[in-house]
This record gives sequence, C-alpha cells and structure tokens, in this order.
Amino acid sequence: MRVALFITCVADTLFPETGQSVVRVLERLGHEVVFPAEQTCCGQMHVNSGYRIGALKLARRFVDVMGRDDGVDAVVSPSSSCVGWVRELLPGVAREAGQEQLARDAEALGGRLFELSEFLVRRLGVEDVGASYPRRVTLHPTCHSQRVTRVGDAPQRLLARVRGLELLELPEAAECCGFGGTFSIKNADVSLAMLADKCANIVATGADVVTAVDPSCLLNIGGGLSRMGASVKAVHLADILAAEGAS
Amino acid sequence: MSRGHPHDFPAAAREALADAQLRANLRGATQTIRARRATAVAELPDFEELREQARRVKDDALGRLDELLDEFQAAAEAAGARVHRAPDAAAANDIVAGIARDHGVTELVKMKSLATDEIGLDAALATAGVEAVETDLAELIVQLAGDTASHILVPAVHYSRGQVRDLFQRTIAQGRELSDDPHELAEVSRLYLRERFLRARMGVIGANVGVAETGTVCVVENEGNGRMCTTLPPLLVTVMGIEKVLPTLEDLGLLLRLLPRSATGERMSSYVSLLTGVMPGDGPQEYHIVLLDNGRRNVLADPVGRQALRCIRCSACLNVCPVYSRVGGHAYGSIYPGPIGAILTPQLWGMEEHAKLPFASSLCGACADVCPVGIDIPEVLLHLRARAVREQAPAPEKALFAAAAWAFGSPRSFDAAQKAGRAAEAPLSRGGLIRRLPAPLAGWTKGRDLRPVARETFREWWTRERGGETP
Repeated sequence: MRVALFITCVADTLFPETGQSVVRVLERLGHEVVFPAEQTCCGQMHVNSGYRIGALKLARRFVDVMGRDDGVDAVVSPSSSCVGWVRELLPGVAREAGQEQLARDAEALGGRLFELSEFLVRRLGVEDVGASYPRRVTLHPTCHSQRVTRVGDAPQRLLARVRGLELLELPEAAECCGFGGTFSIKNADVSLAMLADKCANIVATGADVVTAVDPSCLLNIGGGLSRMGASVKAVHLADILAAEGAS
Repeated sequence: MSRGHPHDFPAAAREALADAQLRANLRGATQTIRARRATAVAELPDFEELREQARRVKDDALGRLDELLDEFQAAAEAAGARVHRAPDAAAANDIVAGIARDHGVTELVKMKSLATDEIGLDAALATAGVEAVETDLAELIVQLAGDTASHILVPAVHYSRGQVRDLFQRTIAQGRELSDDPHELAEVSRLYLRERFLRARMGVIGANVGVAETGTVCVVENEGNGRMCTTLPPLLVTVMGIEKVLPTLEDLGLLLRLLPRSATGERMSSYVSLLTGVMPGDGPQEYHIVLLDNGRRNVLADPVGRQALRCIRCSACLNVCPVYSRVGGHAYGSIYPGPIGAILTPQLWGMEEHAKLPFASSLCGACADVCPVGIDIPEVLLHLRARAVREQAPAPEKALFAAAAWAFGSPRSFDAAQKAGRAAEAPLSRGGLIRRLPAPLAGWTKGRDLRPVARETFREWWTRERGGETP
C-alpha cells in the first residue's frame, strides 16, 4: 500500500522521532511511505480557538495537499485529534460556513484518512507489528481518540502484542489530561489541576512509560511528569511499535 | 442574569481551585452521582435509541414552539388554569409578585425550580414584601446560608455534612445540638418546613415538562416537599421556560424514562406530579402558569446553538465534566453551570458578559457522551467560540492567530517559523526543557515543562534522509 504520512504541525516540530517511528512501522509491514512536504497544519488549533476563517483556509490547503496524490491508498497520522478534526468535524464546520466543496473534499479525504492504531488494526487487520519493548507501560486513552475518532481498543490490541511489554491499567483512564489546546493557556489553573490528577494516577501504576496516540496530550502529560520530577516517560504509541530491542 | 460586567471564568476558577474543602466535596459528590448514573443507564438496553427519540421529539417541539405554546395555553385554560406570558425576568417576577399581592400573601412555599432561580424570584418577592421559603432541602441550605446554587440538581453540592450541621445549628435548630447524621439534619429541616407548609397560602413551583395536548405541568422530585407545595396551598403558581413544552403525554413518558436515570441514577423519581388546571375541592383552587422567555428566543434563532434548548436539566454533563467537577458551579457566574451552562448562558444573556464560558472546556467530549437528549455540546462550544472571537477577541490574540495562519500558509514560512522558534527558545532551555515561558504562554509553564522545538524537525529529517526538495 502507498501511504501518505500526515505528520501534524506539533509532531513535525516537537516529536520528529514519532514521525520517524510511523515511517519505520509502516515500512516494516511492507508499505511505501510518502511525505507530502507541502503539508503544514490542518487548522485544528484555529477552529478550537474560535478562528474559523483561518481554520477553514488552512483546512482547505491541507485537504488540497493531502488529496492531490491519486496514487495514495491511505493517509495516516500519529494524532487522533487532528484526524478527528479533518474527518469527523470539518465537513460540518465547512457546511456551516457555506463551503460545500470543502465539505465534500474533506469527506472524500476522510474515507482514507486514519489515525495510526486504527489504520493498523481496523484497516490492515494487523495487531502484531513485530515490536519489542521490555518495559512497564500504561495507556492514556485520549479524549478525541475515544470520542471523536473512535479508535476503540486498537491501541490496547497493538500493545498486547508487543514483546516484553507489561501493560498496566491506568486508574480513571478516561479522564481528560487537561490539554485542550489553548485551554491549557487560557484556563491554565484548571488545566493544571486536571493534569496533576492524571499524573498522580500515572505514577500510581508504577509504570516506566505512559503512552497515548496524541502528541499534544503527551506534550502536556510529559511536561507535567517532568515538572513533578517523576521518572515516568511519556512516549507515543508509534515509538513503542517501532522499537525492536532485544526482549 | 445580567451582571453588569464581564464574568472572568479563569479567575473565578482559580479561586475555587484553591478551596480544598470545596474540591473534596465536589469530587465526592460528582463521582458518586456519576457512578449511579452509569449503572442506571446501563440497565436500559435501548438507551441510544431512547435518546435519539428524545432528540427528535425535542427538536420537533422547538421547531413549532409557538403553535405548541398556544395549544398548551388553550388546554390549560380550558382546565381552569390561568396562563401568563413573560418576555423577561422582570415581567415574570412582577406577575408572581402581583398574584401574591392580590391575595394578600406575605409568605409562600417554593419547590426547587431553576426557572425561578434564573429570574431571581426570591429576591424580587422579598422586595415586594413576600417571604419565599425554599422547601427542597438543598435549596433550603443555600437559602439559609445566603448563598447561591452551585449545581443544577444538587444546589448544595459544595457543602459537606459538617458544614450543613453548623449552618442548621446557627439558623433553624432552635438551640438543639446536632450531629452530622443526615437523618438528624433532615429531621431538623422537616420540623422547620412542616410548619411553613401548613400555614402557606401560596405555592410556587417550576416545571420539568409542559404537555401541550392536555395543558398539564409535570414536576418530578424525591423529597415530597414538592407534593406539599402542589397540594396544600389554595393558590399555586408555576414558572415554566417556554422550551419545556412537548406535544403529548406520550412524549412526557419518553422523557421520564431518561430524566431520573440521567439525573440521579434512579429508575424513577419518588414523586412525579401531573397538574392539570384546577379541580373543585381538590388541591389548589387557583392555578397560574407563567411562560418564561427570558432570552430563550435568542437561543432558538441560532441554527447550531438552539440544540441547547433540548436540555432537560438532568445535569449528567456537570457530573462527568473534568472542569465542573474541579471548580464547581459558582465559577461559571450563572445559575446554569458546567458544560450546558457554558453553551446556554452566553446564548441566553449575551456574549458581552459571558464570552469566556465557551472557552471553559478542554473539549474532552464527556458531556456529549452522557447527554440524554443528544446535545452536541462540543459542537456548540466551538460555534460559540467563533462568535466570541468575531464579536470581541482581543487584538493581540487576533494578531497571534493571524501570524500563525500566515506561517502555516506555506511549507517555506512554516519551516522558517520552526527555525525561528528554535532560535528564540534556545536561551530559555535548560537541560533540554523549557521551565519558564513569558506571557502569553506563561500559563503553560506555571506547572509543567515544555519540550522545545526539536534539533531537527521531521521535515528537516525527511529532506536529509529521503531527499526530496528542500522546503
């Protein structure tokens, strides 16, 4: 399969290793990965912050760039939140703004747009990606992966087949980590109160690593864990799936 | 609900978060109700179907509201009730105070009612020389404390038992020493209220549903105080939001399958009262119904925002909300707090004072998951954020987002922005982490570190590793 990587602006800038991991996992499974270098941002930050005109401009651009290559079978991203915006929400927002063509183009792209774990488990039917990661890991099921993109238990299924990995249950797992885009700045105190509870629950599992399918949530959780001096590391699911160390 | 000045949610939330007792009370209460609701809803194999039906019924009713209100009024009047229309809070208060005055009433009993809280009826009646006694236990607590409700369904959720004991001791216990045993506290309030019920000549209640075909008002409750209000006084007044009207008794049945389970996690409320006009010799002999608009038609006019009027005030969204369950209701500056309040309040009473509420959410979506009438709260939050930005975003913020949109406008400018960010951050980074950022980003580093721009971004790596044109 020819797969285009939707890196997202956050992962591109802050988590390049996660993008590299997605490439490694997909290539290991025998797929061809291309990177449409014209991509920048899908517009989610703008729409979530109320800047609709900017959001729709960026979304228009994004849908054009990612929809251009007819030879691409699937567009895959390490962010459930960005996939959720483009696939589940953008058509409605575009229609509300009277941009029917954008809505249709987003729907067409949405048909082959996937978050990584759902792509592997639901689209490809693969659960064992040949990874080995001998660590104690807990999973934070991110809000948008559960309620917008609805990836279900795809991350758990993938983690269950990683050699050497011990998966520990996270208390109050479904609670938001407090990121919420600009919410983390505009309502920093509430955001930090949510983050403190999330980090305490993570530390209580005794895990070495907390993982998730959204770089932005991991940016938040990782920043919280580091500030509290916890030894737990926030690591993207793709990085775990890419690991091949001896178990 | 006009405050006269913009409400600062972040500041109010900060204050609430600093109150350890409040945080403990809220956490305990919201988690308990949350668990009860989950169990009660899980018992319904057809919950999804029911809520889809409820969504349709409410949307249909809102779509022909005027017709249904006319039908409701005609049926209620035919059954002997008197129906009034109040465009705003002041008009509604005048009507109720006028009814009291006409009957020489100086003291009345009230059932828990959000509509009357919304219009500030108790205070308006006090000004008119009428004492309104709240008879719902939690409303009584709030009234005795000179406080305001902090939850749609459990107005005194921010009080612990010990705090209630102290309050009762100060107010209605008549010198009796109290423990914090709930039964003992309820007994004290029962003794106090019983006297008020027996001498009351007027009762005021709200409405959970108004049924157009029969002119019936339905109220649900668990304490029996409402039944006292609706049966003992010879004069009864209902204040009902216009969005509460539904076409038929069958529609009421549908909502009653969803409301108690979503609200208190019960299969049915202890008391479900259906009031249709007056019946000689039985119950109140004069019944007034005040149909309250107070901003509801503003909400109805917005094709995306109007779904907020489907709300049946179950408060399930409050209990699951990570924001509400940490800061409580007062931080929202409205009788309608939590996720539903964040979308209802600014629509009802204007963005001028409530523009920060649509931003009081991490967009986690837990609210939409539990809503029994399928309100897509995150969708409306985003819609209202756009309105808030259009109407009053601060210029520096607008400039930032314009700059970001420009940078994202091409891979060249994005790459340049990434490199510029890396250079600007370098002096702030210590050991590969940024521990302190200047305004407007200072909120981030107030309690967490920031990972800096990577030494090599993904696009730089791809270009180096896989070739392709340099962006």
